[in-house]
Amino acid sequence: MIYAAIWRALPGPLAVRVLLAVVLVLAVVAFCFLWLFPRIAPLMPFNDNTVDPSAAVVHDARPAPTVAAVGTAAVYPLGVRL
Amino acid sequence: MKAVRWVLGIGGDLFVTAGLLLLLFVGWQLWWTDVTANRVQDHTVSTLTRDFAAGPKTGSGPATTEMPSKVPFGKAFAIVRVPRFGADYARPILEGTSRDILMDGVGHYTGTAAPGAVGNFAIAGHRTTYGRPFHDIDTLRPGDKVVVETKTAFHVYVVKRHVIVAPTDVDVIAPVPEEPGTQPTQRWLTMTACHPKYSAAQRYIVFAELEKSYPRAKGLPAGTLATPKGS
Repeated sequence: MIYAAIWRALPGPLAVRVLLAVVLVLAVVAFCFLWLFPRIAPLMPFNDNTVDPSAAVVHDARPAPTVAAVGTAAVYPLGVRL
Repeated sequence: MKAVRWVLGIGGDLFVTAGLLLLLFVGWQLWWTDVTANRVQDHTVSTLTRDFAAGPKTGSGPATTEMPSKVPFGKAFAIVRVPRFGADYARPILEGTSRDILMDGVGHYTGTAAPGAVGNFAIAGHRTTYGRPFHDIDTLRPGDKVVVETKTAFHVYVVKRHVIVAPTDVDVIAPVPEEPGTQPTQRWLTMTACHPKYSAAQRYIVFAELEKSYPRAKGLPAGTLATPKGS
């Protein structure tokens, strides 16, 4: 229904409508790829590659051992690290 | 009746849209991040190579080790080459292991040893997505070479063994791997990546030990970067 309404709202002959529809889809994809997804990716619970005591927040409750040489821990919202 | 159809229609459209967006996100994460990260990382390797070549000649003196404490956070300072990952495989190593840094290359755990130094030169890389520099980490076998190139030297490490640990197991990057508190006498390299692929439940860790450091002026012995045979 939403898509049908958008289609009806597009002006001009069929060729112009198809062109406009493609442009709209590409605009949504570009928005997602360049703005939206890079911002929500840090909230995804995968892609973590480092060993880190703060990972305990997410993964298990084992007390983290303390070591002098530990990677700099950047903590992200919700305690999630990617 | 008309209202019910209207609500169901809009609701259905929203579900379809959500599904398409999720698919799009998967495509972005698994494909597009590789495209952009590979471009950035290849460019960094080119810049480093040019920079290293233009650097002051160290003559045939002993291979020195750079102190990573002097390297600013986020700056690329070395190139890692792993023949097992392909003859052309070369990735930049940046100081630090934050999320942003690991998108641009392999990260060096701040506070761990410098390349070629006594202690543990510990690095982290993505197993999947963002250029996935350590995608094939599970194909490394004891005896495989890992070469770390810096401004002054080539450090050739030889893979000893691997372990799979919990994400909290920071003992693996201790100066003597898995023996925190022990005074190091050997020169270790530790690589960490997520495990299994497409998950972050565990960490795949590879330990390698320095075989020899070669001054840049002397260059690497022929055949060091040859792809190893067998599996």
